[in-house]
Amino acid sequence: MFIINCPFCGERDQSEFKAGGEAHIIRPKQPTELSDDEWAEYLFMRKNIKGVQFERWNHIHGCRKWFNVVRNTSNDEIKAVYKMGEKPPSY
Amino acid sequence: MNKNLRVKSGKIIDETYRISFQFNGKTYYGFQGDTLASALLANDVHLVARSFKYHRPRGIMTAGSEEPNAIVQLHDNSDRTEPNVRATEIEIYEGLVASSQNCWPTVNFDIGGINNFLSPLLPAGFYYKTFMWPASLWEKYEYFIRKSAGLGKSPTKADPDVYEHRYIHCDVLVIGSGISGIIAAKISAKNGFKTLLVEEKPNLGGSTIYQNSDHFKINNQNSGSWLDKEINEIKKLKNLEIKTRTSVAAYHGYNFLLARESLTDHLPIEQRKGKTRHRLLKIRAKKVISATGSIERPMIFDNNDRPGILLSSSIKRYVDLFGVACGEKNILFTNNDSAYETAISLIQKGINIEAIIDNREEIDSRLVYEVEKNNIKIFKGFTVTDTGGYKRIKRISIMQLSKDGQKVIGSKINISCDCLGVSGGWTPAVHLFTQSGGKLKFRDEDQTFIPDSYPSDQLSIGACNGDLTLDEILGNVPQVLKKFLNIEATEYANLETLSSTNKSKRNIWLLPTDKILGKTKSFVDFQNDSTAKDIKLALREGFRSIEHVKRYTTTGMGTDQGKLGNMHALGIISETADAKMGKLGTTTFRPPYTPLTFGTIVGRNVGEFFDVFRKTPMHEWHTDNKAEFENVGQWKRAWYYPKNNEDMHQAVQRESKAARESAGILDASTLGKIDIQGTDASEFLNRVYTNAWSKLAVGKCRYGLMLNEDGMVYDDGVTTRLDENHYIMTTTTGGAANVMSKLEDYLQTEWPELDVYLTSVTDHFATVSVCGPNSKKIISQVIPDLDFSDKNFPHMSFKNAKIGKINCRVMRISFTGEQSYEINIQANYGKSVWEKCMEAGKDYNITPYGTETMHLLRAEKGFIIVGQDTDATMTPIDLQMDWIVSKKKYDFIGKRSLYRSDTIREDRKQLVGLLTEDPNEILEEGAQIVADVNKSPIEMLGHITSSYYSPNLKKSIALGVVKGGKNRMGQKLIIPMEKKNINVTVADPVFLDKENKRLNA
Repeated sequence: MFIINCPFCGERDQSEFKAGGEAHIIRPKQPTELSDDEWAEYLFMRKNIKGVQFERWNHIHGCRKWFNVVRNTSNDEIKAVYKMGEKPPSY
Repeated sequence: MNKNLRVKSGKIIDETYRISFQFNGKTYYGFQGDTLASALLANDVHLVARSFKYHRPRGIMTAGSEEPNAIVQLHDNSDRTEPNVRATEIEIYEGLVASSQNCWPTVNFDIGGINNFLSPLLPAGFYYKTFMWPASLWEKYEYFIRKSAGLGKSPTKADPDVYEHRYIHCDVLVIGSGISGIIAAKISAKNGFKTLLVEEKPNLGGSTIYQNSDHFKINNQNSGSWLDKEINEIKKLKNLEIKTRTSVAAYHGYNFLLARESLTDHLPIEQRKGKTRHRLLKIRAKKVISATGSIERPMIFDNNDRPGILLSSSIKRYVDLFGVACGEKNILFTNNDSAYETAISLIQKGINIEAIIDNREEIDSRLVYEVEKNNIKIFKGFTVTDTGGYKRIKRISIMQLSKDGQKVIGSKINISCDCLGVSGGWTPAVHLFTQSGGKLKFRDEDQTFIPDSYPSDQLSIGACNGDLTLDEILGNVPQVLKKFLNIEATEYANLETLSSTNKSKRNIWLLPTDKILGKTKSFVDFQNDSTAKDIKLALREGFRSIEHVKRYTTTGMGTDQGKLGNMHALGIISETADAKMGKLGTTTFRPPYTPLTFGTIVGRNVGEFFDVFRKTPMHEWHTDNKAEFENVGQWKRAWYYPKNNEDMHQAVQRESKAARESAGILDASTLGKIDIQGTDASEFLNRVYTNAWSKLAVGKCRYGLMLNEDGMVYDDGVTTRLDENHYIMTTTTGGAANVMSKLEDYLQTEWPELDVYLTSVTDHFATVSVCGPNSKKIISQVIPDLDFSDKNFPHMSFKNAKIGKINCRVMRISFTGEQSYEINIQANYGKSVWEKCMEAGKDYNITPYGTETMHLLRAEKGFIIVGQDTDATMTPIDLQMDWIVSKKKYDFIGKRSLYRSDTIREDRKQLVGLLTEDPNEILEEGAQIVADVNKSPIEMLGHITSSYYSPNLKKSIALGVVKGGKNRMGQKLIIPMEKKNINVTVADPVFLDKENKRLNA
């Protein structure tokens, strides 16, 4: 069980958080203008990387805020934590 | 038979405190401090178990948690019984009753022993090979396989004991209290670190604590007494918490560890009352120091499993710590110096040693010279080739090893004995280290895996790090700790150490014999009865990966997780397949290191604490009025209110009729309620619901359907506009938390520009719903100040009101199709408002109804229940609810998905009504719907989602989903049941009052 440094509350056990899948998938502004394939790309396609992955997490049993986490999925090392809307760090 | 082998007071034995216990129905005596194993050995009892597969007699083999054989069932006079307890770990207490497992009728005469003679028919993978065919007989095979497999018997009654969990946060966790662990704990605590020291045994000190020979000295004292003083000192340290009988089960990432603290298992039964049995420690440590020591290796030779064969270090432990001799005619068999330490201990206590067999040819070791001085015959360059005796070892055969160690030469010598100590060298206990993600490296000199790189802030020290001798430990441990803890100096810098161990070792994984391998039983995994022969067979059959060989032969898959034999299995694979050990790697060590009881894992989360349950403010009224309850999410909802021995069907029929004919009352408090405020609240609702919200007037209510982005129905409910920028949304009971989370997600991540605030107010309001033709009359009596005329207060509108001095919100909304009012009031007043309504409705036969009647009434109207009539594959179009999907709105969640190629298919499953040919025939929910039963395979068109007998329509009604259902109106379909086929007709899902006349009746 790893520790996540919530940008609003500080370090807490993983059990206080909910994972929310891949980060930086932006909901299209004009979905009706997309083809089936383009919409499917947004709707269904997610990466599942062994290595450094950008993820959304929610402090569901705490401040209930969503934020982003950069995590190495092979050893759970968390490289960075940043708020929604902030520029992702490069890895 | 009952000999006394107690030689002289052992270090931890209190001979003034005698304890009686029973084993296999016979009473024995031991002393305070004994384990069940040491007490049995003191009574010369070696045969304690039968092996798993061949039912061979087995004895106590070790003195710790690595024990593969001596696994017993514990009983007491109450409901407790515990299987698979290691006799080497359980401390005896007055009243202990234990018995052997896996044998029938007794351990002495076991019918299953016949398997031993059938063993040529029981090779590796026997079950896979034999019971594959014919598959139809599997159920018969399974019964016998399950009966003959398995070790102990599970308890049949609820666990009477109490368990708990505790979180511990510390700076430094030290695992293991051998000499390395004690030094580490002392340095850590003395330098200001909040330190926790855990030890799986009842006493501190590891194997050094009973070291009492002139060959091992620290600062001129023998090492045991030196460590004794250190232990006395650390017990006084304020920064240090010490927990004995505490076994670390798991080591996860980020230095999170689970440990089991055993609190009462060693106490007499009557002293355990009211005490916690086990405590699961959830430890988060900034730094972890593993000092878990090492486990002695057995030797792999023919018939190496007879009772009376023990690890040499265990014989030493039994004699030094417990004062117990394991035999009167002892032989030691070794490939390294450790067995000579055992020999010296035996000599000190005056216990007879017949001979020592050493694989090594030339040994320059002070320990060996010391033993030779005592005129003990040492066979150098020899190996044991076989053993004799059935229920106890009686003799061994030895032969000389060839120069390359691959063959035996010369003639066979037989020596009689009643105990054989074996030492195949040492395996560092790296289990926890690798669980944490640590990588190992292979050390060729002594053929061991040792820690290489650490995944977290941790350190392995002492024997588990490959420092196996006293001088290595004292030379290295203080140095590495200084660096790890970042401190300037330790008090252990200038220790004078004398260590007499010669490190030479002659490692032969599978010892040669004069027999062919096929005729031998050289056990590698004692608990699972897998032999060297089985491993070689697996390789011949093409298995290459060690993980596959492990599963095929079951080597290392017992409760001991192969603590003894895994290295030999690897060694034999490496030699046979000609692969380098370091390259081969190890199998994965998984938690728990030693088994945990289920009680420990669940802690206090049992019975009513298993899950929270939520009660409405009116709950007490429901119980007082004999309601049956239904679980909906975590809520307890009134299901129906049986009167005069009614069954559910009768009660529901009565409640449903009353609600339509006069008045019914429902506790709707469990519906999710979300308070929505902000200048963009209307825009927000436009985006999350399928229909339009901007034009909803203040004081009006509207039903909304919420989709997932994939277009599938997610939740529904009525939302009321309380004010210009203020709404209250209701959700389904079970969906409340998820809807709240989903809306928060969109607000925070997709639309942060919207000025909207969400607050969950589900628990803040109690909701009383009164419906039926007389509802208006009843509710006007409860709230006399409010004008309930249809003109002032039409359907789908809301009014603020007061009951007495208390504010409430009244909504005129309906889930039953009847005229219906909902009073929402601060939760504390819920019960009194409910009672007021009951009082006011007395003259109208107001009838409380539960969720079952609610479901029936809404089904008559064809209203869906999300989650019952829908699953995650139904769009609003599939539900024939096109009317609620706005064509004008530019976007809402899920809109684009409603015209994907898949969602516009004509033959999707669509919601329809179903009427049975026989109006009294009630369909079964979940039953399949088909068109043609004669054509095989029968095409499944869909299934029944809701089905009731409607007392108001006097016929059975059902809702179901059917492929292309919309175009099947009036079609005849078939519900094939076990005993008959039921004919149905596809109908409109609205069965009653399609014109909605009753809403204003």
